Amino acid sequence: MGEARKSARAWQLLLLVPFVGTLWVPFYDALEPRVGGVPYFYWYQFLWIGIGAVITAVVYLATRRREP
Amino acid sequence: MSGVDGVALAVFVALFALVTVLGFVAARWRKADLDQLSEWGLGGRRFGTMVTWFLLGGDLYTAYTFVAVPALVYGAGALGFFALPYTVITYPFVFVVMPRMWSVAHKHGYITAADFVRGRFGSSTLALAVAVTGILATMPYIALQLVGIQVVLGAMGIRGDLPLVIAFVILAAYTYQSGLRAPALIAVVKDAIIYVTVIAAVVVIPMKLGGYGAIFDAVPPKKLLLAPEQMSAYSTLALGSALALFLYPHSMTGVLSSSGRKVIQRNTAMLPAYSLLLGLIALLGYMAIAAKVGSSPAYADGFERYGANFAVPALFLGSFPPWFVGFAFAAIAIGALVPAAIMSIAAANLFTRNIYREFLRRECTGKEEATVAKIVSLVVKFGALAFIVALKKEYAIALQLLGGVWILQTLPAIVVGLYTRWLHARALLAGWAVGMAVGTWMAWTLSFKAPVYALHVGGAVVPGYAALWALIVNLAVAVVGTAAAKALGAAPGRDATAPADYGE
Repeated sequence: MGEARKSARAWQLLLLVPFVGTLWVPFYDALEPRVGGVPYFYWYQFLWIGIGAVITAVVYLATRRREP
Repeated sequence: MSGVDGVALAVFVALFALVTVLGFVAARWRKADLDQLSEWGLGGRRFGTMVTWFLLGGDLYTAYTFVAVPALVYGAGALGFFALPYTVITYPFVFVVMPRMWSVAHKHGYITAADFVRGRFGSSTLALAVAVTGILATMPYIALQLVGIQVVLGAMGIRGDLPLVIAFVILAAYTYQSGLRAPALIAVVKDAIIYVTVIAAVVVIPMKLGGYGAIFDAVPPKKLLLAPEQMSAYSTLALGSALALFLYPHSMTGVLSSSGRKVIQRNTAMLPAYSLLLGLIALLGYMAIAAKVGSSPAYADGFERYGANFAVPALFLGSFPPWFVGFAFAAIAIGALVPAAIMSIAAANLFTRNIYREFLRRECTGKEEATVAKIVSLVVKFGALAFIVALKKEYAIALQLLGGVWILQTLPAIVVGLYTRWLHARALLAGWAVGMAVGTWMAWTLSFKAPVYALHVGGAVVPGYAALWALIVNLAVAVVGTAAAKALGAAPGRDATAPADYGE
């Protein structure tokens, strides 16, 4: 059990990634490059909705306990 | 906009009638004894992954959000998009923290966050502070849902308060009867209508306006990006709001009504679908700019009455045929009923458990508890209604803004409390009081109109979300106070929970 908990904690560190990606505004406060006419500022943040969901799904699948 | 469009109104009323029927039928859904608070107020803690998804989606992404976020983008531009990072980071946080809350609440039968604080720290005073903060933060939020309904009714040409009163009486009646089951069932319909509306809007309207490129080109360039001095405001607003979201009583009710830890964790990966929806809705603000609704004489009256909140209704009126306008406006109005019901239930649970039972009637039975909660849910809703009908809606908006600042001050007791009880109950209480005072004072210096307070640190000026600044002071007082309490040898309160109760 101790090992499983340690491994779960390690996986949970991944959950910090969305905080870094979205809270540091200088990463994305720009108009270029545009995609389909949409400025970078907007599509970058939309992209993070998807990345955030995938990260939580991965952490869920990696850390859930095998129980009925 | 003058006169009432018959087609739009007919579609609107038909959908409203449908959810009313659902609200009453919900009492028979997963039949159980609704005279128990855990059944009436938490749906028996049996909601699975899909129901919880609809319930939390309907609960967190409210009608007011759908009107106010594009209104903010319409008026302020890029700053209004802080809703995106906010909803991106809230779910990783919830993924880690809320399963612990679910486990300990399930083990001890806690119905509110204040129940947990009472058990963890053995202090009914601290629990009272948490409960009162929750109720105070929730009341104006309910009132704002009414503002959402008012705007769409007004856009259809319906004036006066009577339709609003009727809508709320119906809502109050089925919430009284069915409890949390009513909004859970209605949320399914509401979300289906909302998704159809938004998908239609983000496909059809850009086609009319010449594509997304043309929409962004129509927005004044200054609005498209954040100015350097707005960056810290943007990220602190996102962080503070993300931390506060699940401290709100109605979010906590959604978490505790789920059937297990896994349901919550699965939902943190699935709820971002609503964030995508919210992002698209935010873009409607720019579409309203590109469609020049603000300079159209047809909407001048609406903008005068409702301000920027009229941007999205005006955009819909100008872009869709009447039957779809009725459909879209029903989405917003029904979208107001779901959170209003859950919020009133959550506030009623807090009052019943942490004020009535704790301080007024220790020996109250389960049935009496449920009866009191039902009555309080009525009082809360009619209080919100009276507020909106009798007072200016600006007061509700200002109070809701303050509510966000206040609710974050319960984080040390609730979230830190889930991990450690090192902090002393009295120190937590002192931290809470100082945080509430500092946050309210900051909002006061901004005339309760803006949440961003410019902090002077040394020579630098950092504009940021007042709730977060107040939380930092709150935590500092709690830590220093605890150290002092331990140095003085103050006895810690009794902890009714054991480490194994948190389920990891």
